[in-house]
Amino acid sequence: MKEIVVLSGKGGTGKTSIVGSLAVVAQSKVLADCDVDAADLHLLLSPTVRDKNEFWSGQTAFIDAERCTQCGLCEEVCHFGAIKDYTVDEVSCEGCGFCARICPTEAITMKDNMAGYWFISETRYGTLVHARLGITQENSGKLVAVVRQNAKFITEREGLEYIIIDGPPGIGCPVISSLSGADMALLITEPTLSGMHDLDRIIGVCQHFGILALVCINKYNLNEENTHQIETYCHNQGVKVVSRIPFDNVVTEALVRGLPVVEYSDGKVSQEIKKLWRVVEGKSPPLQ
Amino acid sequence: MIISVASGKGGTGKTLVATSLALSLSKNSKVQLIDCDVEEPNAHIFLKPTFTQQEIVSIPVPKIDEGRCTYCGKCAEICAYNAIAVFQKKVLVFPELCHGCGACTYLCPEHAISEEGRGLGVVETGNSNGIKFTQGKLSIGEMMAPPIIRRAKECVDPERVAIVDVPPGTSCPVVEAIKGSDFCLLVTEPTPFGLNDLVLAVGVVRKLNIPCAIVINRAGVGDKKVEEYCLSESIPILLTIPLDTRIASLYSKGITLAEGMPEWQESFLDLFDKIKGLLR
Repeated sequence: MKEIVVLSGKGGTGKTSIVGSLAVVAQSKVLADCDVDAADLHLLLSPTVRDKNEFWSGQTAFIDAERCTQCGLCEEVCHFGAIKDYTVDEVSCEGCGFCARICPTEAITMKDNMAGYWFISETRYGTLVHARLGITQENSGKLVAVVRQNAKFITEREGLEYIIIDGPPGIGCPVISSLSGADMALLITEPTLSGMHDLDRIIGVCQHFGILALVCINKYNLNEENTHQIETYCHNQGVKVVSRIPFDNVVTEALVRGLPVVEYSDGKVSQEIKKLWRVVEGKSPPLQ
Repeated sequence: MIISVASGKGGTGKTLVATSLALSLSKNSKVQLIDCDVEEPNAHIFLKPTFTQQEIVSIPVPKIDEGRCTYCGKCAEICAYNAIAVFQKKVLVFPELCHGCGACTYLCPEHAISEEGRGLGVVETGNSNGIKFTQGKLSIGEMMAPPIIRRAKECVDPERVAIVDVPPGTSCPVVEAIKGSDFCLLVTEPTPFGLNDLVLAVGVVRKLNIPCAIVINRAGVGDKKVEEYCLSESIPILLTIPLDTRIASLYSKGITLAEGMPEWQESFLDLFDKIKGLLR
């Protein structure tokens, strides 16, 4: 079993569109959407939810006004500025429980957070494990870990070959939670200065955690000079470029119809994504 | 006044809007741009500031004085983040899990815990053609963005119009970046992904009680559902930027719309006037 996580650093480079198409092309796999606070993969895969689960994580402090003597100690010790005028700002509270432990009249209790849902769904391309973090909830990294664990469990139980993970943008908590211990990171970039800057940081994260990284340049023809620079940069970093996908509005047309692009069209974009998967599987050599 | 620029979905054009709005306003007003997308800060690519100050952002993590420690295990019991494990004759601290709440230090019965700073990243301040520029940057391999965002936001200059570039998503870093704004601009694209994530982002700003409006970028690319949604939710659309290869090309080279196509400056000034109108 191999776990492949699709990341980008910068948002909007095409992670979900490409994962949606890999879902069609790859045969023996489970899909996991680890972009839990803005999940979109379901819009391409039309899942039927088979199993919906609550995600309980973290706590929030509550002050009982009747018991509170307004001594102000809780506000004084809170490192997150979450208590003002003897009330808790639920959004700022990080659930450490410091206030509840030191309140002299035991007026503060910690309550568990229902921080979202996670789902096991069936799609026409196989099983999808996905999630929805509650609005303004924390602990996206923990929810990512739950999604990954379940995807792994199903993959092992059914004797499948791959877990394909649609990862979140950025380089922080949910990205590290999506990446740690994976077999390979497929990094989707675009030939813009922002895309290149962010690629450098996400490659840094992969190197930091010792994860093999492969790069796919999406919309490569938007700026071929930048594409060339990315290839040179990757070469110098010892990172392989496995694919160049042209810009084509057909990707958005397919999206509007709720379809992965490889199902909607057999044009250049679809052909490149099919080639990309053969390289990832080790059945074709990379571009460089 | 603080205007945050957010989106839910990544890559919809937050930085494009934030930088061009800042530049257009800077001709007549005092402006500050605060890049709170600390995982992937990109505004500096467009505004090319000269940085004059750099501050390391750290959180207090526990340091155990094993001479005083009796291995009672109280610190491990109270830590909500499992950042401390106590064995018979050994205490292990996992600093990357620590949120810096300070409970263990305060509550240790032997006063055996002190705090030491653990650097998560930096906040840098500088100047770009009269625009005060502040950005947070998370270090590679670090997980916790909110403390850096919090520090960057503390640099708000009340004398200036502050424009905050928000990270994508809807979880804690986004909340930290938007919190305290007077107004939130939500940049989206007219596609099913753009709409799905816009609905989530609207949920965040409504929970925070911050007035918002929409900028549609790459108009013409997908369908009409974003407009229908805004109409049904009575959220005003203040600016529409078309799908245009010239704009995409400028963006790819790190050139702002306000500089590359100066005729857009008028539209950004108009956008600002409309925001002021909505706040009145």
